[in-house]
Amino acid sequence: MTSDRTGEAGRLPKRAIALRLGAIAATLCATTAAFAYAGGWLSPGALTPARIVDTFERINGRHDGFRRNHAKGVCVSGVFQSSGAAAPLSKASVFRAGETPVTGRFALAGGRPYAADATATVRSLALRFQLPGGEEWRTGMNDIPVFPVSTPAAFQEQLIASAPDPATGKPDPARMAAFFAAHPESAKAVALIKARVVMSGFADDTFNSLNAFRFRNDDGAVSSVRWAVVPIPTGTVGEPAPADDKNGLFEALIKRVNADGAPARWRLVVTVGAPEDPTNDATLPWPAGRRTVDAGTLVIDHVEGEAEGRCRDVNFDPLILPAGIEPSDDPLLSARSAAYARSFTRREGEPKAASAVATLTGGTR
Amino acid sequence: MTRPVVFTLASRILHWTMAALIIAMLFIGVAMVASLSNYHRLVSIHQPIGIAILALAAIRLINRLFNPPPPLPADMPRLQKLAAKASHVALYGLMFALPLVGWAMLSAGDYPIDLFGSWALPRLLSPDPMLHAWLRRVHGVLAYGLFAAFLLHLAAALLHGLILRDGVFGSMATLSFRRRVPQNSRS
Ligand code: HEM
Ligand code: HEM
Ligand code: HEM
Repeated sequence: MTSDRTGEAGRLPKRAIALRLGAIAATLCATTAAFAYAGGWLSPGALTPARIVDTFERINGRHDGFRRNHAKGVCVSGVFQSSGAAAPLSKASVFRAGETPVTGRFALAGGRPYAADATATVRSLALRFQLPGGEEWRTGMNDIPVFPVSTPAAFQEQLIASAPDPATGKPDPARMAAFFAAHPESAKAVALIKARVVMSGFADDTFNSLNAFRFRNDDGAVSSVRWAVVPIPTGTVGEPAPADDKNGLFEALIKRVNADGAPARWRLVVTVGAPEDPTNDATLPWPAGRRTVDAGTLVIDHVEGEAEGRCRDVNFDPLILPAGIEPSDDPLLSARSAAYARSFTRREGEPKAASAVATLTGGTR
Repeated sequence: MTRPVVFTLASRILHWTMAALIIAMLFIGVAMVASLSNYHRLVSIHQPIGIAILALAAIRLINRLFNPPPPLPADMPRLQKLAAKASHVALYGLMFALPLVGWAMLSAGDYPIDLFGSWALPRLLSPDPMLHAWLRRVHGVLAYGLFAAFLLHLAAALLHGLILRDGVFGSMATLSFRRRVPQNSRS
């Protein structure tokens, strides 16, 4: 290519020009092919974040403006009063003794925003801690002891296997059986989930991170952790919502926190895993008796409908983490981050309909 | 026909560093949105590199004011010169627009804009759901536009280097520390 600089131009034989033009065309084709390969266009069968979200839409129908999973929910706000006890484990400023404002969202698992409350439905709590300096900690937790699947592919298979059969309105038992036969880890996890004690409402429920994370402290020492918010009993927990009460779980929470002015309180309990505890498999519980640290108290003193609160247009991506909290090697974490982003961007661009539970109008639908 | 002047060393370093970063970013971008297992890892490098590109683009524009590019060959047709200028304007525009749109779309989506450790950028806009979704689409469209512009640029560079051999390729692709390549270097 030195001939270029020395200006030895215009003396190429026709054949050489043709060859060089061919080389240029080949370079452009190869670059484009590499780009297409990186973008997954050459592997149309691969499981992608968009395809998982498509599957939610296929099974639940598309509900404009709503989350593709955990679609029915309300916004909450309050404060986290850190005890400082977790500060030796993580350098995140949220764990230093003091207060951090918190917003969040209680929800029911499933992609139908107007589904009736049901005792067996998994409940969730998502939280957003706003730390000084623009950092945030977002976490989404469920009230089950373990997660039913250990990989994104199994999640997709389970989603398809448990889709209601149009004839019966219930999952096809044969397909569920085939799924569990292929995934013994899921069969074990679902047995643990079914055996859980279902609490009467959101306020007396325990919500678990399920996925493992890593805490890093000021000295750079790393611990494997899972966390949970555990209710502080107050003796005001209501009776279970009547079965025919469409939004009973949410209304009980609204009554307790807003009308009766009784903030709900939880302890944020961090469980520190032993080196042999699995961090990459959310279907496996950690053995009882692991060290726990009481990081502080979560106080929820306000409940609002999604339209009036500050949770609808928030992506509770579990990998929005402050310095001091890091992802583990659990493959579900990156998959969640990816799928939540797709769900979020889709719903943000759609017109928003009224949520099932609203506090401003006092009405519910 | 000889074009004796080359880009200054600073201009060349900026060009090639940014070329590597931008090409990497295009591939990282399309790969991450299609990936479940590498999504998070790739997003966490996509954002800081994207902001670095924004900073480098600003430095590069200022550098260009002080070190203007060598003139195009005198015998180059006017239309071709115009096309070269227009394509460079487009590349500069996209080098600024893509990171700015990325930053703005995360702001509108109420995301923290984390770079390294506890370093986060301020939000450019206040949260706005529809605007987030729109900017996210714009980010994608501009990224594909940048890939197309890059392909054209690559084709033009190779055309100059392999076929026209008019010194344009060498003015950027040289390791020379001299600004002026001696006129009599032609043997
Ligand atoms: C690969 C596995 C998973 C997939 C594909 C998945 C998918 C989703 C999607 C698409 C959403 C809606 C996000 C949005 O639009 O903002 C969602 C919400 C949620 N997910 Fe998952 N999920 C997975 C695993 C988990 C796990 C392991 C947990 C454990 C705690 C969990 C807890 C939640 C919670 C709490 C919400 C609701 C957050 C909110 O209220 O905004 N998910 N999930
Ligand atoms: C020159 C700079 C940049 C280039 C070339 C670039 C390129 C890309 C590409 C190709 C995509 C995938 C688009 C699609 O398939 O729809 C993408 C997505 C994305 N980019 Fe960039 N980007 C740049 C800068 C930035 C910056 C500065 C940020 C943030 C600070 C950013 C944040 C994102 C995010 C969050 C996504 C999408 C994630 C999702 O929707 O799941 N980008 N980018
Ligand atoms: C995405 C990557 C790239 C971008 C954004 C880019 C951008 C630019 C821009 C803006 C210029 C104008 C000069 C300036 O102000 O710096 C330029 C010049 C140039 N680029 Fe690139 N470039 C890229 C990749 C490449 C590659 C891969 C090649 C070679 C194979 C190349 C070869 C050249 C040459 C030869 C010039 C000099 C053109 C002239 O003299 O006017 N560039 N590039």
